Amino acid sequence: MSDQAYNFAYLDEGTKRMIRRAILKGIAVPGYQVPFASREMPMPYGWGTGGVQVTAAVLTPGDVLKVIDQGADDTTNAVSIRKFFQRTAGVATTERTNEATMIQTRHRIPETPLTGDQILVYQVPIPEPMRFLEPRETETRRIHALADYGLMQVRLYEDIARHGEIATSYAYPVEVAGRYVMDPSPIPKFDNPKLDDCPAIQLFGAGREQRIYALPPYTHVRSLDFEDHPFTASKADHACAICGSGTSYLDEVITDDAGGRMFVCSDTDYCAQNAKGGA
Amino acid sequence: MTAQILSEGFKDAARDGAHAFRAILTAMARPGTIATLQAASGPAPISPAAATVLLTLCDRTTPLHLAGAHDNPELRDWIAFHCASPFVSAENATFALGDWAALQPVDRFGIGTPEYPDRAATLIVDRHDFDAAPTRLTGPGIRDTATLALPEARAFAANHGLFPLGWDAILTSGSRLAALPRSTEIS
Amino acid sequence: MYVAVKGGERAIDAAHAWLDRSRRGPVDQPVLDTAQIRDQMGLAVTRVMAEGSLYDPDLAALAIKQACGDLIEAIFLIRAYRTTLPRFGASIPIDTAAMRLKRRVSATFKDAPGGQILGPTFDYTHRLLDFRLMADGELPTEPLAEGGETESAATPHVLSFLNRDGLIEDAAPDETPPADLTREPMELPADRTLRLQALARGDEGFLLGLAYSTQRGYARNHAFVGELRIGMVAVEMDIPELGFAIEIGEIEVTECETVNQFKGSRSEPAQFTRGYGLTFGQTERKALAMALVDRALRWEELGEEDQGAPAQDQEFVLSHCDNIQATGFLEHIKLPHYVDFQAELELVRRLRAGLSDQDEDAA
Repeated sequence: MSDQAYNFAYLDEGTKRMIRRAILKGIAVPGYQVPFASREMPMPYGWGTGGVQVTAAVLTPGDVLKVIDQGADDTTNAVSIRKFFQRTAGVATTERTNEATMIQTRHRIPETPLTGDQILVYQVPIPEPMRFLEPRETETRRIHALADYGLMQVRLYEDIARHGEIATSYAYPVEVAGRYVMDPSPIPKFDNPKLDDCPAIQLFGAGREQRIYALPPYTHVRSLDFEDHPFTASKADHACAICGSGTSYLDEVITDDAGGRMFVCSDTDYCAQNAKGGA
Repeated sequence: MTAQILSEGFKDAARDGAHAFRAILTAMARPGTIATLQAASGPAPISPAAATVLLTLCDRTTPLHLAGAHDNPELRDWIAFHCASPFVSAENATFALGDWAALQPVDRFGIGTPEYPDRAATLIVDRHDFDAAPTRLTGPGIRDTATLALPEARAFAANHGLFPLGWDAILTSGSRLAALPRSTEIS
Repeated sequence: MYVAVKGGERAIDAAHAWLDRSRRGPVDQPVLDTAQIRDQMGLAVTRVMAEGSLYDPDLAALAIKQACGDLIEAIFLIRAYRTTLPRFGASIPIDTAAMRLKRRVSATFKDAPGGQILGPTFDYTHRLLDFRLMADGELPTEPLAEGGETESAATPHVLSFLNRDGLIEDAAPDETPPADLTREPMELPADRTLRLQALARGDEGFLLGLAYSTQRGYARNHAFVGELRIGMVAVEMDIPELGFAIEIGEIEVTECETVNQFKGSRSEPAQFTRGYGLTFGQTERKALAMALVDRALRWEELGEEDQGAPAQDQEFVLSHCDNIQATGFLEHIKLPHYVDFQAELELVRRLRAGLSDQDEDAA
């Protein structure tokens, strides 16, 4: 049952229409950041207000919602956002990736492959992939208009010259459908290959920065690289201490004050299912 | 104000709007998909699917162009009551509603600017013939290829040639709806 | 055993309960009434209204109480509430010349029609802690001077006198509807209406620092306070069904107009120019700062030189003046970032390993 004091999914219908129009334009121009009049939400900017607004505009009463932060369903902010939608939309929730019809995420793509019946909503802090090379919005807008991404190529190449590899480990920039360079949100670059040719609709919401962008299903998403330095997805070279997975992304956990540590899956649902032998 | 104008909007704005938007989103994100949509109906000749699109996406902030038979007093009153969208010329429209023939020439509609490609019109092509000969589609949203009947493949191909600029189209008839974003390649 | 981050839900509930208890304080003390906050902490209330962009003293007082006195948190509560309110329309512009004044000072003229009204100001108080306020909470109230605490009738703006002589730039009425950054995403470059709206909602401390920087030479613009006025103005709204405007309420505002030196440019003769600040309530530090920053941001339209000063850079000022955006993004770094940090750990380890390989190669 949803809280009757609020409209379904909290936002008023006019705000939802505005967000919905922005989402459709985002779908029509994959990877382009559509400006939208982000609203002040009852959680702070930086806590996922963009993702929450996108989820609120897309959610239907029949959806089954999963919310993860750092891959986990039980991190405090994931719990808080899940409760928000339980309260304001009355939707069913789940921790199982394969039971969810909508997944809101911060910093991870689930290990379990997504399907065509799912929508993945990313919380995005800084949507502009060029921001740290060029802080001015007026200038980055020109860069995207002209597809003048030389600055990014130069930076990545400087990394290789200095470090022997591209020294970006998360929020690794991608090129979408051969046109726009896009920030995939701060997912580890390990997750980048999952963006490509994904059967699910992927939506990105940046509340404070007032931008929405999208990847339709089966969109070609290429991590930027060079022929002689191809992109590689990397992770800790260990197996999960709980489920034994050798292929999932791992968190490093410090276990004592003598430098002891263990590696466990960041995706808690995947880990639990894998431990049961069901993943 | 007639009873017909007041009725036949959404019965539950939030929930009807949510379901309708999901259908439109799916159609736009998966070109070739045909959705069923009939949460509203308006005065002739608007189809239930197109009426539902208007209620889902249009309001006082979205200038609307009515073309041909869709530009009639009953439909204007219905839209004024339910959406309150200002009626404008084709050049200034965020949304346009009409038959494909009435929407001609389509190069009147906004295609966005290089800095803001999102500032482009969405055409609601009503009374679309979904059973005409299908055209082969490729591009984002499509696994390998898809097919969809288009009113005039050449116009859509020319529009795609403008990418990332261009208008986007929602095709409606009866309770059926499909969409064709500018990103779709026509072959 | 691996227990990190489990039990998030229980932890959140417990934290909230603790917060509620700490807000209340010792229960042997009387609970703080929101009416007391509204009436005895009036300047905190007006700051929350000004930066919260919502004129409602009772709700601002509630927000301050709920936020345990953290004003940015209180502003956030008001902003979040404000977004849920339906918008019925826009009022007609308020007429600040018709203000019922409680304070009006000009630094440019010793006297002007209407006179100087000090009003309830800290300006000439000696900043000595008054321990009587701590002892019994009451101060002996001085008998009011004759005419004190009465509001004056409508008084023309001081700058209108300069205007008559053509010595100050003309500020002609403009019927173009102003932009509204709460309904449309901010688009840069922003026109003056949008800049003023952003500044009016902006953080007082941020604007204070920027305004101060202009005074110290970072785009100095020689500001004088032409007039600072505080008082009540009527808010009127056109009612289409009636065909005329009716008064829907009264609000207190602070208005500041600065007079700034301008030596002229190729296109403009030497004359004085204006900076403008307008804020809800009695918020004069904010209104002054706003006027100075407004003037600094006008360099381009006045044909002045871009000195590269922060206060001249509209993208810098407008992107960073909102304290709710700023505090949200600043504080979000408290949220878990294990995944990104892990990715960085791997990278740093790999880079170091690469470096030691190179060292071995070199050796």
